[in-house]
Amino acid sequence: MNTKKQIVEGSHAVAEIMKNLRPAVVAAYPITPQTHIVEDLAKMKDNGEADFEFINAESEFSAASMVLGASATGVRTYTATSSQGLLLMTEVLFNIAGMRLPVVVTCANRAISSPINIWNDQQDSVTIRDAGWLQLYAETNQEAVDLHILAYKLAESLMLPVMVNMDGFVLTHTFESVEIPEVSLIKKFLPDYLAPKDSTLDTANSRSLGTFATPERYLEIRQELFEDVAAAKKEIVRQNSEFKKVFGRGIGNGLIEEYKTKDADIILVAMGSVCGTIKEVIDQLRTKGKKVGLLKIISFRPFPDVEIVKALSKVKYVAVVDKAISIGTEGILATEIKRACYGQLKAQISSFVVGLGGRDITEKMISDIVDLAKVKTGKIGFVGR
Amino acid sequence: MPKYTNPFEHLLNPGHTACPGCGQLIAARHVIDACGPDTIIANATGCLEVTTSKHPTSSWKVPWIHSLFENPSAVASGILAAIKHKGLDGKVKVLAQGGDGSTFDIGFGLISGMWERGDNILYVCYDTEVYSNTGYQASGATPLDAFTRTTWPGKKSLGNRMFKKNMLEIALAHRVGYVATTTSGYIEDIKRKVKKAWDTPGPKFIHILTPCVPGWGIEDNQAIELGKLAQKTGFFPVVEFVNGELVSSMKVPQDAPKVDEYLKYHARFKHLFKDPKGAEQIKILQKICNDNIAKYNLK
Repeated sequence: MNTKKQIVEGSHAVAEIMKNLRPAVVAAYPITPQTHIVEDLAKMKDNGEADFEFINAESEFSAASMVLGASATGVRTYTATSSQGLLLMTEVLFNIAGMRLPVVVTCANRAISSPINIWNDQQDSVTIRDAGWLQLYAETNQEAVDLHILAYKLAESLMLPVMVNMDGFVLTHTFESVEIPEVSLIKKFLPDYLAPKDSTLDTANSRSLGTFATPERYLEIRQELFEDVAAAKKEIVRQNSEFKKVFGRGIGNGLIEEYKTKDADIILVAMGSVCGTIKEVIDQLRTKGKKVGLLKIISFRPFPDVEIVKALSKVKYVAVVDKAISIGTEGILATEIKRACYGQLKAQISSFVVGLGGRDITEKMISDIVDLAKVKTGKIGFVGR
Repeated sequence: MPKYTNPFEHLLNPGHTACPGCGQLIAARHVIDACGPDTIIANATGCLEVTTSKHPTSSWKVPWIHSLFENPSAVASGILAAIKHKGLDGKVKVLAQGGDGSTFDIGFGLISGMWERGDNILYVCYDTEVYSNTGYQASGATPLDAFTRTTWPGKKSLGNRMFKKNMLEIALAHRVGYVATTTSGYIEDIKRKVKKAWDTPGPKFIHILTPCVPGWGIEDNQAIELGKLAQKTGFFPVVEFVNGELVSSMKVPQDAPKVDEYLKYHARFKHLFKDPKGAEQIKILQKICNDNIAKYNLK
């Protein structure tokens, strides 16, 4: 038996899979709704179930700095955070990506202060989209588990950091049936991490890391990071199909997942757990003859432009459902979709914002969006007021 | 007599771009030599980083990492954890180092965390008493009355209004096992203290006063001499604590030079000798020296 199926809390499922992914160093600082993940990891360490080094950091900034230092020493590392914690880490996150360290972080997505609010939206991770990290979004707890396995595979093959996003409370604190692969099965997909030669802190082969670059050098280094993140799309698709072979399941093509889009005249675009509600509403509307589909974005960075254009190419209306806004413009995913589709589609693309700060997203709100998407208002729609 | 060492046999090599006569580079070279080749360095942003690591070159012959201004301590904690996991703890040393801006100000909370965790890391602060790398702005280590580019002597000011933060006492309050101060004026003392620090398990802190030629407005042949004079006046006490006990203090001469003998060489203090109110301030600075001499048993 290589896999146990159990009904567990999302955070516990993540802790269980992290134990099986065998990082050498885990650094942690508590923030709601991420806490259960690191509490469980601390318990596993204290019980002797796991042999990673567990460091209690004095801030998220330090936790990120610790995994940076450990990763530079050539070992597998992990930390998790949310919201203000992720923003506090921001300076380090840019640094980790620039240094090409294969760090994996879980973000239990939560709203940003002010006003302070501990509940779910995606303003935290979406805000740091330009840091150079791959960003993957889970719809269910099974996807959260699977994306962690995939994240290490991608990080260590591309030497790029990966953030796995799961909606705070909606996923982290919800019990679902989840398969958590055992170590022996994981090893068939993800071998032990072997850092590339000449790239780590090693007294037998001294290297200087994080050196400073003058104007003559900086641009090329940043361009290289840009190109490698963009090119990661290919590797995500490839590894997702490898994943399917080993584990017997996978999420879409790794970048996007299409749900009833083939004959749709309106497609909703979204990321994360809200996709579950949207699928439910689509099934109901379909019984009433409404041709509605969903385009789920799994990889927000790199952004799958070509795949998105293809998925939306025949549709009349596109409604982008965002849990994050760029204040003064529109939903951030909406801007990204418009950029990707610029000059390529005739569809009317509208931006809708839902669920900020944990506002419940009801089926009615989603069906309202389906109706509103056909009305040309030129305005962003805040739904659920 | 210390043996002459070929410059390229040091672990911090020539070719760096520090100012001629830089007190920090002299100290840093001897710190890493005393640590030895089996050392990994986590370095803060600052002069020491900028002058030694211009991509694609490096002056360091040991594994060295620079991440950010405030985090060499936390990066070092991560390195140490990785080393423990590899079974190399005790075989490979971890040295974290930063200037006074990183240590006293922006990285202060992170250092407190590292000390509280009891991590087996030597943290060295190279204290130029000013943000040297950004062009001489006041830090938490800047002495009272010093001119910096953010504490201008003028009609309403005699320079920096704040007292220098006492990092020595702050380290002791964290129960750091080995806590010592020294200056660029005493190379043999730096080497001895670094070696001794490694004999103490857990966290260790060495605070080195390193004169900054342009930041202090001194001549490029004065870093060593002023490092000595800072100690001899009592302005910068050179002491050593093991497990909270004062185990050595470098004595000042019986007829210790007065503080103005030290201040007069610095452009950063020259206003004190011109402004009529300066004499009163010099008295306060002399009292700081006298208090140090009494407190740390320097006579």
